Amino acid sequence: MNATDVIDRDSLRDDIPDFSPGDTVKVHVRVIEGSRERIQVFQGAVIRRQGSGVRESFTVRKVSFGVGVERTFPVHSPVISKIEVVTYGDVRRAKLYYLRNLSGKAAKIKEKRDAR
Amino acid sequence: MATKAIVGEKVGMTQIWDDQNRAIPVTVIKVTPARVVQVKTPQSDGYSALQVTYGMRKASRLTKPEAGHFTSKGVEPGKRLVELRMDDVSEFSVGQEINASIVEPGDKVDVTAISKGKGFAGGMERHNFKGQGASHGNHKHHRAPGSVGACATPARVFKGTRMAGQYGNAKVTTLNLSVVQADPERELILVKGAVPGPNGAMVVIRGAVKVTNKVVKV
Repeated sequence: MNATDVIDRDSLRDDIPDFSPGDTVKVHVRVIEGSRERIQVFQGAVIRRQGSGVRESFTVRKVSFGVGVERTFPVHSPVISKIEVVTYGDVRRAKLYYLRNLSGKAAKIKEKRDAR
Repeated sequence: MATKAIVGEKVGMTQIWDDQNRAIPVTVIKVTPARVVQVKTPQSDGYSALQVTYGMRKASRLTKPEAGHFTSKGVEPGKRLVELRMDDVSEFSVGQEINASIVEPGDKVDVTAISKGKGFAGGMERHNFKGQGASHGNHKHHRAPGSVGACATPARVFKGTRMAGQYGNAKVTTLNLSVVQADPERELILVKGAVPGPNGAMVVIRGAVKVTNKVVKV
């Protein structure tokens, strides 16, 4: 229990599914263009989850037109409209930075057989 | 001088989301209602200020002079007595309670506290000196300040030359912090940015005194 929890409680979200590094997720991001708001989906593998409480963040990596793209989101950010877990990955590390050096089939993450 | 002031305790720092979904770093300050113990006016004391107290203290823990002061004013004894300098104290009376509602979101405030003590610190930590090279023949002078003055003229070191010494544990005021939230019910004030002192330290919040009325051109 931290002293600032009274304030943090207001910012925490409870609609975030359980996901961990290795999982493939679809992050629905709210994008504001002028006065209009639309949803953009960013799909990729979670390569890192760090921090705790209201400061917790995660990084999603995808390969787009042959270029690796990584995007870091705060877990409790109001920018995220929802997070969908597509597949659960079977990995042995908490930080999957090694994926950056791999491409093609080698960069594939094995799927967990007994899904949670 | 300030038109409004209140005393609080620093709880710590965290972040909240603003209306544009940006993370705002905030310092949480616990502001329990302050009770006015004495009103100092230019006629009676030569300057205007409020003497306030906050929180609770057991009657048995008071010194006799303190106990006498509180009983004569008819105010419940608090943790300590704090003086808040004000422009005008005519609206205040002994026994009145001041709470977090004196500030509103968007207000600019100055926050004063005793900074964290760093002990005897060298020039690099205390004055952000660069230090000296790691190599090029340097021997045991990597963090030394270098020259402190010239030679036969003036043949002395000027007063105020920055050197090593006690750093921190001094009264520090951070100017023009904006108030993000003021919640009298939960007795909390959130200000954007950092505030001097360790968590749990007593801080004095006052309306900003050096705020410029800059008009932002659109």
